[in-house]
Amino acid sequence: MITKRIIPCLDVQDGRVVKGVNFLGLADVSSPVKLAKFYSDCGADELVFYDITASAEGRALFTDILTDVASTIFIPLTVGGGINTVDDFDRVLKCGADKVSVNSGALRDSSLIPAAAKKYGDQCVVLSVDAKRVDGQFRVFAKGGREDTGLDAIAWIKSGVANGAGEIVLNSIDTDGVKAGFDLEMLEAVCDVVDVPVIASGGAGCVEHFKTLFHSLPKVDAGLAASIFHFGEVSIPDLKRELANDGINMRL
Amino acid sequence: MIAIIDYGVGNLFSLKSSFAAIGAETVVTGEAEVIRAADKLILPGVGAFGDAAALLRRCGLDKLVCAEAWGGKPLLGICLGMQLLFDYGLEYGHHKGLGLIPGCVRPIADHIPAEYKIPHIGWNALRFPAGKPASPLFQHIQEGDCVYFVHSFCGAECEESVIAYAEYGAQLTAAVGRDSIYGVQFHPEKSGDVGLNILRAFCEL
Repeated sequence: MITKRIIPCLDVQDGRVVKGVNFLGLADVSSPVKLAKFYSDCGADELVFYDITASAEGRALFTDILTDVASTIFIPLTVGGGINTVDDFDRVLKCGADKVSVNSGALRDSSLIPAAAKKYGDQCVVLSVDAKRVDGQFRVFAKGGREDTGLDAIAWIKSGVANGAGEIVLNSIDTDGVKAGFDLEMLEAVCDVVDVPVIASGGAGCVEHFKTLFHSLPKVDAGLAASIFHFGEVSIPDLKRELANDGINMRL
Repeated sequence: MIAIIDYGVGNLFSLKSSFAAIGAETVVTGEAEVIRAADKLILPGVGAFGDAAALLRRCGLDKLVCAEAWGGKPLLGICLGMQLLFDYGLEYGHHKGLGLIPGCVRPIADHIPAEYKIPHIGWNALRFPAGKPASPLFQHIQEGDCVYFVHSFCGAECEESVIAYAEYGAQLTAAVGRDSIYGVQFHPEKSGDVGLNILRAFCEL
């Protein structure tokens, strides 16, 4: 059977990993290549690189780094941030990315997902959604969670999959950063309407949260987190071993 | 020298990088002379069976690859490149393959219960068929090691050549081998150390 995936997410700005990374024994903690290698050696099943650079120079630097990472580690790489056109897909796929994650770009241009899926295949297109409860509805937020689009998240995700998105990353703004567990209610609502892999993001604070996620929602395929991995609060080898001991199918 | 055959499909960056990581020299090429001079061949591929088979034929490489493989030069087909080794494929119609491995390529959906998601995407364990000696391709890995899959179609009617399968509601063909002709459905270049060890074993053939 397919294993559940554990995915660290790295934010990259101007060629460096940001959001504070603090590893014991890792000298250059903001080097994307070193961190990627570290996580790959730890047993991460996939890596997500998020380009939060605004400038064109930074963007070029990002693709250089991606090329370095893809020459060094050999696990699936997903790239997101600043993906607005099919040319952006092309730019990062050429540097060794396997999947490309779209968020605001898909909100701005409804033809982006179908065009990219047609050219590169559904498996290459990841729809990333930041969602939050508003008036009893799961609402899609844009611009890094700052702007309410008014769109219903469940309907948006459903149409994204119908248009060719091969995977969903659901980031709950309500649970993000709180470290009290994943947003099971929101995730279940999404799992009910799509049959592509769903990746849970936002809220993980400890090993128990991953156990609860995979046990209560068998349709969730992966758990994504950033700071708890970066700061060593949860170690990936320990996490995967504990999940496996708890009967969850993991790659060890 | 290992020739990674370039016939205009897919991105060969990761494949080339993974061979470099194990110290193997590769050349990405569509030139007949280079392919003839190489010690070993890699047939990559992504996309749809019919398109890829047509491209390979248009480059005139189908006959060359077959001739080299029949002549005993080790060949490894990867993902769609593995599927092309079969007699025919049933993705969007009926398309002729290279006929290097007896069998065909069918939708996974034909084999598995409806509750399983398609594509079969993610890490899955390799299982070796009972009663067969382990393939030299797997001499540096163990049964149960996980590799990375992304596919909606799979090898069928090829029991004799199966050297590994993956459990996913059924036994899906994960790798085939016949003489020095090999194919892997998964992506060794995305399967961490296990994948690199499979490529290393191929280099040692």
